[in-house]
Amino acid sequence: MSKTIFDKVWEKHIVDKIPNGPCILYIDKHLIHEVTSPQAFASLNKKNLKVLRPEKTIATADHNVPTIDQHLPIKEALSRNQVDTLTKNCSDHDIKLFGLGHKYQGIVHVIGPELGITQPGMTIVCGDSHTSTHGAFGSIAFGIGTSEVEMVLTTQCLLQNKPKTMRIEINGKLEDGVYSKDIILYIISKISASGGTGYFVEYAGTAIRSLSMEARMTICNMSIEMGARGGIIAPDQITFDYLEGREFAPRGDKFKSAIKEWKKLKSDSDAKYDKVLKFDASDIEPMITYGTNPGMGIKLTDYIPELSLNTSKESYNKSLEYMGLSVGESLLNKKIDYVFIGSCTNSRIEDLRIASNLIKGKKKADHVNAWVIPGSKSVEKVAVKEGLDKVFRNAGFEFRQPGCSACLAMNEDKIPDQKYCVSTSNRNFEGRQGPGARTFLASPATAAAAAINGFISDIRHN
Amino acid sequence: MEKFKSFDSTVMPLNIENIDTDQIIPARFLKATTRDGFGDNLFRDWRYDSDNKLIGEFELNRIKNNSKILLAGRNFGCGSSREHAAWAIYDYGFKVVISSFFADIFKNNALNNGLLVIKLEDKVVDRIFKKVSDEENTLFHVDLESQIFNSLNGEIYEKFDINEYNKTCLINGYDNIDYLLSQKDKILNFEKKYEK
Repeated sequence: MSKTIFDKVWEKHIVDKIPNGPCILYIDKHLIHEVTSPQAFASLNKKNLKVLRPEKTIATADHNVPTIDQHLPIKEALSRNQVDTLTKNCSDHDIKLFGLGHKYQGIVHVIGPELGITQPGMTIVCGDSHTSTHGAFGSIAFGIGTSEVEMVLTTQCLLQNKPKTMRIEINGKLEDGVYSKDIILYIISKISASGGTGYFVEYAGTAIRSLSMEARMTICNMSIEMGARGGIIAPDQITFDYLEGREFAPRGDKFKSAIKEWKKLKSDSDAKYDKVLKFDASDIEPMITYGTNPGMGIKLTDYIPELSLNTSKESYNKSLEYMGLSVGESLLNKKIDYVFIGSCTNSRIEDLRIASNLIKGKKKADHVNAWVIPGSKSVEKVAVKEGLDKVFRNAGFEFRQPGCSACLAMNEDKIPDQKYCVSTSNRNFEGRQGPGARTFLASPATAAAAAINGFISDIRHN
Repeated sequence: MEKFKSFDSTVMPLNIENIDTDQIIPARFLKATTRDGFGDNLFRDWRYDSDNKLIGEFELNRIKNNSKILLAGRNFGCGSSREHAAWAIYDYGFKVVISSFFADIFKNNALNNGLLVIKLEDKVVDRIFKKVSDEENTLFHVDLESQIFNSLNGEIYEKFDINEYNKTCLINGYDNIDYLLSQKDKILNFEKKYEK
């Protein structure tokens, strides 16, 4: 029977199927961080259980870390305790930790791929919904809760129901100035923040094939914002080239034989999906969100609509009221206060290159606070080597240290009440970037242009 | 995990769609290393203003009915995978969440903590909202064994779906970790074949 890539990877990892219940799914790689793991270890310790395969779990500190003065002890006691608890748990259970100060520390979904930990055909989980990012390599990757973190630690397995499959094809050529962030914001605006719930999405089509690995990661990363459990893209030469020579990727003959296996990871031409959607790349323009869920997005040149998909008028109005916006308004020329370039969606080196190219030799608008938070120490290192840190600083941006930062505002990096922020992150929920903060999600290019101009603008006519 | 028992309760209506886990429990309250006490900050920024004063009109503050059932608009629990959302709802005193549509990760997290999620059709959810809006103190009964949710006066009577495995776990207070540990031999055998 013909199969999708998802079916192939899934079936390979089934230990057993419970009648009228979920499957026992074997997990190849488990990533953990300081916020969603402590309770799992506490429970493990209480039951006197061991980590079954410590070598298959890798830890980093990212959600709750400061983005300045990382060499100093963390000031905030609760945050410090969480990071210290992670360090102790990893040490007690022999788990490799890329903690603060380590050359590989960074946002968990940035470091997995860049270190070659993430590989095609794997099952990868993490107590974080944006684990979907890793699907860009042709792996089944999804976010889990803390009880599930405990399950993976103790048994290297999870109980999971097989999701339905959806194929989203984007064909054609992208216009200049349109980035992968625009593609995913476009898709979510078409199917809503719940349009993918219950599904695992495979992205395909010529426009997806043309993208770099980092651009593909941005798309898979935001699969969860349409409710999908994850996103997956079949690996190809671009994937193999990206992986070659990375720290934890196979090397030499092992790499060659791995490629042979990885090449089998594609959907059969007559594979059946529960749902298929097709879009034309030429219809995609720079996108921006105007509301409080990622489905509330428009083309920069459009106007705020009367209503968005799968939303009642009451909820819609509540959302616009929170944002201080009205139906029929254009976001072009809207004055903004903050720009945040970072997060597991858009903090990789290509994102920083795109942003820095747009601002080279320019100054940010006086009234704007602009922050650049590289996704990892490795990204930071390359950025410094290329002089991007200087480009940002000369333009008046703050170039900080790696972490999740203002994407979820767990640390001190918060957008103040009612302030507008153009953010390259993934969620525009109420209060996500700080109590009362108003978020516009956009690409790194649109964010950089907003910082320079002081208002939202279309980079195609900048 | 506590065993799930049948009970009668009023319903707490929260007629908003796409309630994400950042609303259920904002990230700044995720700094604990234990599972306790998250109920205090459930829907924090809807319950309290920036000066930490109660916002009177918000349902959880306005309606005093000691409800164990939370009724919410579609796509409940979307966003982050934080299990703290399920902990916060349970810790506040809810045993059941009803909606026409749940986010996948939230659903798993809820079931792993003895919090029953009941999915009903949109039009049924609308009828319950209407009923509760007319009479705040209407009593409902949840019976997991027979998979029935009904109002005591019989106006609303709905059968709901749940898979046998999850049902057995909830009723007996079993958790998935115990189950997986009991399957360890199978897992080790799988590893042997898998790693060849």
